[in-house]
Amino acid sequence: MATETLTVGKALNTGLRRALESDPKVVIMGEDVGKLGGVFRITDGLQKDFGDQRVIDTPLAESGIIGTAVGLAIRGYRPVCEIQFDGFVYPAYDQIVSQVAKLHYRSQGKVRIPMVIRIPYGGGIGAVEHHSESPEAYFAHTAGLKVVTCANPQDAYSMIQQAVASDDPIVFLEPKRRYWEKGPVDLDAPLSGAYPLHAARVVRPGTDATVLAYGPMVRVALDAATAAAEDGRELEVVDLRTLSPLDLGAVYESVRRTGRCVVVHEAPGNLGLGSEIAARITEECFYSLEAPVLRVTGYDTPYPASRVEEEYLPDLDRVLDAVDRTFGW
Amino acid sequence: MAKGDPGVTARGKRAPSRSKRPAAGQPSSEPVQLLTPEGDRVDSVVGQDGVEYRVDFTDAEYRSLYRDLVLVRKLDAEATALQRQGELGLWASLLGQEAAQVGSGRALRSQDMAFPTYREHGVLYCRGIDPIMPLGLFRGVDQGGWDPNEFKFNMYTIVIGAQTLHATGYAMGVTMDGKTGSEDGEAVIAYFGDGATSQGDVNEAFVWAGVFNAPLVFFCQNNQYAISEPLERQTRIPLYQRAAGFGFPGVRVDGNDVLASYAVTRHALDNARLGQGPALIEAYTYRMGAHTTSDDPTRYRIASEVEAWQAKDPIARMRAFLTRQQLADDAFFAEVDEQARREAVHLRERVLEMPNPEPVSMFDHVYPHGSAELDTQREGLSRYLESFEGSVH
Ligand SMILES: Cc1ncc(C[n+]2csc(CCOP(=O)(O)OP(=O)(O)O)c2C)c(N)n1
Repeated sequence: MATETLTVGKALNTGLRRALESDPKVVIMGEDVGKLGGVFRITDGLQKDFGDQRVIDTPLAESGIIGTAVGLAIRGYRPVCEIQFDGFVYPAYDQIVSQVAKLHYRSQGKVRIPMVIRIPYGGGIGAVEHHSESPEAYFAHTAGLKVVTCANPQDAYSMIQQAVASDDPIVFLEPKRRYWEKGPVDLDAPLSGAYPLHAARVVRPGTDATVLAYGPMVRVALDAATAAAEDGRELEVVDLRTLSPLDLGAVYESVRRTGRCVVVHEAPGNLGLGSEIAARITEECFYSLEAPVLRVTGYDTPYPASRVEEEYLPDLDRVLDAVDRTFGW
Repeated sequence: MAKGDPGVTARGKRAPSRSKRPAAGQPSSEPVQLLTPEGDRVDSVVGQDGVEYRVDFTDAEYRSLYRDLVLVRKLDAEATALQRQGELGLWASLLGQEAAQVGSGRALRSQDMAFPTYREHGVLYCRGIDPIMPLGLFRGVDQGGWDPNEFKFNMYTIVIGAQTLHATGYAMGVTMDGKTGSEDGEAVIAYFGDGATSQGDVNEAFVWAGVFNAPLVFFCQNNQYAISEPLERQTRIPLYQRAAGFGFPGVRVDGNDVLASYAVTRHALDNARLGQGPALIEAYTYRMGAHTTSDDPTRYRIASEVEAWQAKDPIARMRAFLTRQQLADDAFFAEVDEQARREAVHLRERVLEMPNPEPVSMFDHVYPHGSAELDTQREGLSRYLESFEGSVH
């Protein structure tokens, strides 16, 4: 078994390489994905090895990237589109929600759009405005799209390949502040045998409260669980992995065992994913709950100037604080 | 230092940017150039739009344009250094594009409105805005601190191309207000890069500006790259030729020539303010540094290309011209350098003193009249932060 230590970024790069190797219909397209290898180098070296017909530097036009990828998909290709930063997906928003999400439905299943839209998302890297946003709720609210996000190198490697192989259009959110985090990756794990793309996973078992997180916040939740353990509290951390559709079965099971739940995300709280999750847990697990489901989220402001982003972003203390409150009920 | 409009000189004489149809001959396919890389003046030249361009500056104006070029380059270099030292999160340098920015910036009249990208520090300077202003954005302490209405210079725009539509709408408003059609009418200028011309927004702006005859100058600084992607990845034809398809004139100017940049911009702005509609200027130039401080240009361009453009440096040619024409002496150049050095030191001192914002300030200005929900969140954050006071955190 070839297990290597890779960063999330390198794991994505390796996963994309595998996808290009295993299916000649896979094409990567986006701004600066060629010679530069993308601004985060996620496509580093791919154009050199697969040529500029398969790793395509596009004009600087997001609506164009997604719109032409729709045409390529109709033509039988599997486009993997890179949107350079979260805040630049909006010029393509119309194509994604009006066209990508609906063509399969409108054609009564006759047209497939097996497209992956990769977006580095979230804050915490000291960037200027439009470079730190969490747009997941916009896409999760759109039926016909699937939205997934990875939180560790192994998932990055497996999930990107699973997403490319999927016939669904998938918004693949990459937690950019985790690109440089390292972890073991089993490079030979067969894709079908790997953990399914649309399943939440318990990443740290515990008995006292459930902390739900995804993408960049999984690390925060895990750190909170480590800190809580020192105080004798065992938190169960669940990585949602897929944001639409939500794998709520796994969530209910955990919450029924622990009786307490805190949902963590970077996006603003108002109408964020946490709202949906809290409502669903309340409906399904009411009699198991010892306290209301609490949310720890970004505030309902535009993403602020980077010198105050530490205060905007949920951190270990805010998570522990919420956990404490569920015990105070 | 002439921070005002060099069109209105100390002597009260207006430097003309005359425009008349050439009597005969084909418009050149070369960019409009009034100062060669060697520093020789060209008397007049006919642009691709058929207009004959010339400028007639006073000696003092020539010197003040030189001063502007040196100052903005120095301030830009200081910002780059500050980023390297960790004082700024990012910097988008204008190195190499000084002439395009100062030339067009000085061509603006006080009533004209500008819509920049994130790289227009030279235009910002020409508008009389404190050069520290964009550094707050790149340091991460604010999102741009100047008052766009006061200075007639809008917020920086990071989403590529978005500002071209704002400029178009603003220009339509100028027409609706009846502020065109006379010498003292208003005009609008929108800045963007070569990469931006691929965006839907920019093409929609071309359509709108054309059909509404908006008093708008589209000023494209073609610095040859959109991050790593060369011009050929955005277009098959010279960018200025796009204008024809939208129904307004386009012209290519040597963007490293401050005189020509001034002349073509002045002409297009004057036409716009007189009610003759939009124009597209392609300032042909080169980004000498990295796209931003987080870019690695060695991955996508070769040193010899950079060197070739080095020979077309906008400041060197202006200096050669001033020297040759005996419009300035060593003492003048030394004095300009000294002023630039002082302003850079001053900038540095003030950047280091820029405080981090109060965390709760993130709740300011979300809505003009606030919101009860945000007040609650603000109080929650305050209380939360206070809970750490005196603790080991
Ligand atoms: C809509 C959008 N997409 C992508 C980006 C990321 N990005 C920032 S600058 C840039 C290149 C811009 O090139 P150009 O328009 O030529 O202007 P230049 O920076 O060269 O002056 C890109 C792709 C962005 N800011 N906005």
